[in-house]
Amino acid sequence: MSTVENTIAQANRDRSGALIGYLPVGFPTIADSIEAAVALAENGVDVIELGLPYSDPVMDGPAIQKATQQALANGFRLQDGFDAVAEITSRVSTPVMLMSYWNPIMQFGVDRFADQLTAAGGAGIITPDLVSDEAAEWIAASERTGLDRVFLAAPSSSDARLVRAVEASTGFVYAVSTMGITGARSDVDSAAKTLVARLRTAGSTSACVGLGISTAEQVHEVLTYADGAIVGSVFVSALATGGVSAVAQTAASLSTGTLA
Amino acid sequence: MLRDELGPYFGEFGGRFVPESLIAALDELDAAYNAAKIDPVFQAELAELHASYTGRPSIITEVPRFAAHAGGARIILKREDLNHTGSHKINNVLGQALLARRLGKTRLIAETGAGQHGVATATAAALFGMSCVVYMGEVDTERQALNVARMRLLGAEVIPVTAGSRTLKDAINEALRDWVANVEDTHYLLGTVAGPHPFPVMVRDFHKVIGDEAREQVIKLTGALPTAVAACVGGGSNAMGIFHAFLDDPDVALYGYEAAGEGHLTERHAATLTRGRPGVLHGARSYMLQDEDGQTVESHSISAGLDYPGVGPEHSWLKDIGRANYLPITDAEAMEALRLLSRTEGIIPAIESAHALAGALKLGKELGPDSVILVNLSGRGDKDMETAAEYFDLIDAADAAAAASTATPVAEEK
Repeated sequence: MSTVENTIAQANRDRSGALIGYLPVGFPTIADSIEAAVALAENGVDVIELGLPYSDPVMDGPAIQKATQQALANGFRLQDGFDAVAEITSRVSTPVMLMSYWNPIMQFGVDRFADQLTAAGGAGIITPDLVSDEAAEWIAASERTGLDRVFLAAPSSSDARLVRAVEASTGFVYAVSTMGITGARSDVDSAAKTLVARLRTAGSTSACVGLGISTAEQVHEVLTYADGAIVGSVFVSALATGGVSAVAQTAASLSTGTLA
Repeated sequence: MLRDELGPYFGEFGGRFVPESLIAALDELDAAYNAAKIDPVFQAELAELHASYTGRPSIITEVPRFAAHAGGARIILKREDLNHTGSHKINNVLGQALLARRLGKTRLIAETGAGQHGVATATAAALFGMSCVVYMGEVDTERQALNVARMRLLGAEVIPVTAGSRTLKDAINEALRDWVANVEDTHYLLGTVAGPHPFPVMVRDFHKVIGDEAREQVIKLTGALPTAVAACVGGGSNAMGIFHAFLDDPDVALYGYEAAGEGHLTERHAATLTRGRPGVLHGARSYMLQDEDGQTVESHSISAGLDYPGVGPEHSWLKDIGRANYLPITDAEAMEALRLLSRTEGIIPAIESAHALAGALKLGKELGPDSVILVNLSGRGDKDMETAAEYFDLIDAADAAAAASTATPVAEEK
């Protein structure tokens, strides 16, 4: 069992489940994004998902697009991502995963990317635009390095594809709560509950729900059926408006949703 | 046979690099397309639309006064500019709109660069009684204002995209985001031979009528196959459409002309195959313009329709196996060719197509007077009058001021 899977399982034993927090590297600055990630860890977030800014983020809504575009405009480089992982993991024990679109990984070199992330103490990669069908090289690299590989499952996925996503993923399967992109929503789709039930049938023991979750109540609701709740845009918005302390406050508030 | 490639891969190019949420829709589309391809009812519907709505077959026109500037080579134009809506884009749009109707979709979305594909999609939506949203980079809505008005007149909603470089690539991102959220009732009518499978194959197939017709027409006119076929390449739909019929004619050379903007050795160009390297953009593995970290680099071209940092995967494959040649044409070369065709033949081409014409002028000098060059005149230049007027300084300053003052209230009223 990987560190991430273990952490999520432990959170399910101790509380009602895990809180996974997303922030992009380099927004508003590299240093602030590291401080904000540490603040997540210190305020009840169980797994950190660090997003690598990318020029064409088709899975992301306006809040994250704006933040990552600013990070790129500030001169973000992939090496900054590895450096951020190294610094965060040196300060907190919370596992740190990267979220990256596929082209930057492909251009860096899949093996080289996996080696650098391993050296930095990273736990794995979430790949929003890489389905397992196209992932042979990454699956081999993650087997070799022991990094977790998290694939997405969607309400529209066929049963056969859900089985494939569960089998190909390690750490957890990312259950997309709704047909859409990242961004806070007032309701988390009921589709999420159905999808997690289908993932259980497909054999998943570690299913985390993301997209649209922004309140402690939503975290609580999601954790009644899922193993983890993934929160992103609301942290990005907090960081944009109130800085690191606002991120800490938001994380502390959301983590109350993980209490049984 | 090179013509038999069906995807999802062309050599190492193509595939499906999209969020899982879209896979089911792509599978559904693929199945519907494969069924329609062999369904005589579907083929008859499409043929009828070509014949009675678009105006197919489009004619060919030999242009000797223009060819006099091309080393004496014979130059023959395939007149896609005469299609209803003014470019080749309608071929693919009608095919996909028919498919969308079969799938029970009631809403069409599209990206557009120059606006030609958006206009064609808005046209099909009007014809089939579907709702239509077109995503267009804000920069392009400014330089192609006339096409924005056309789309709105046809009943489409045009959404200017303000993210990223505010051009075609960002319009595609926004259309993909819309599709992820609304895939149940919405068909994404992708306008070029790029994107995830089955788009590159399907869009090519809907355009291959261009080459099928032209191959016969040229043989009938000259008694032989052409020496070379030339087309402009942005995403590459008109080029794939005219190339496809000739892929297995080894004596016919294929030339794709990319937009070199201010020069392919400068920073401001859209010469993806000349200057790019393989990567993943908009759902497929293909050549693309990118930096060391794999971030997409912004492209530049005077032609909005070619201003794209990616290219269809089949072109990447044809380049790598050496079947087709891809060469850069600058803004200045394209604009000179646009003016030359206008003055020598009375045909005003789209700036996109003018890149192919500029290429043919060079190619004719290389191939010599015995050669026959078939050029895909993919679109007409009406939409480019503002750009051309400014480029060639065709409007008197006083007139321009008057035009601007009368045009402003219209532009604001939407």
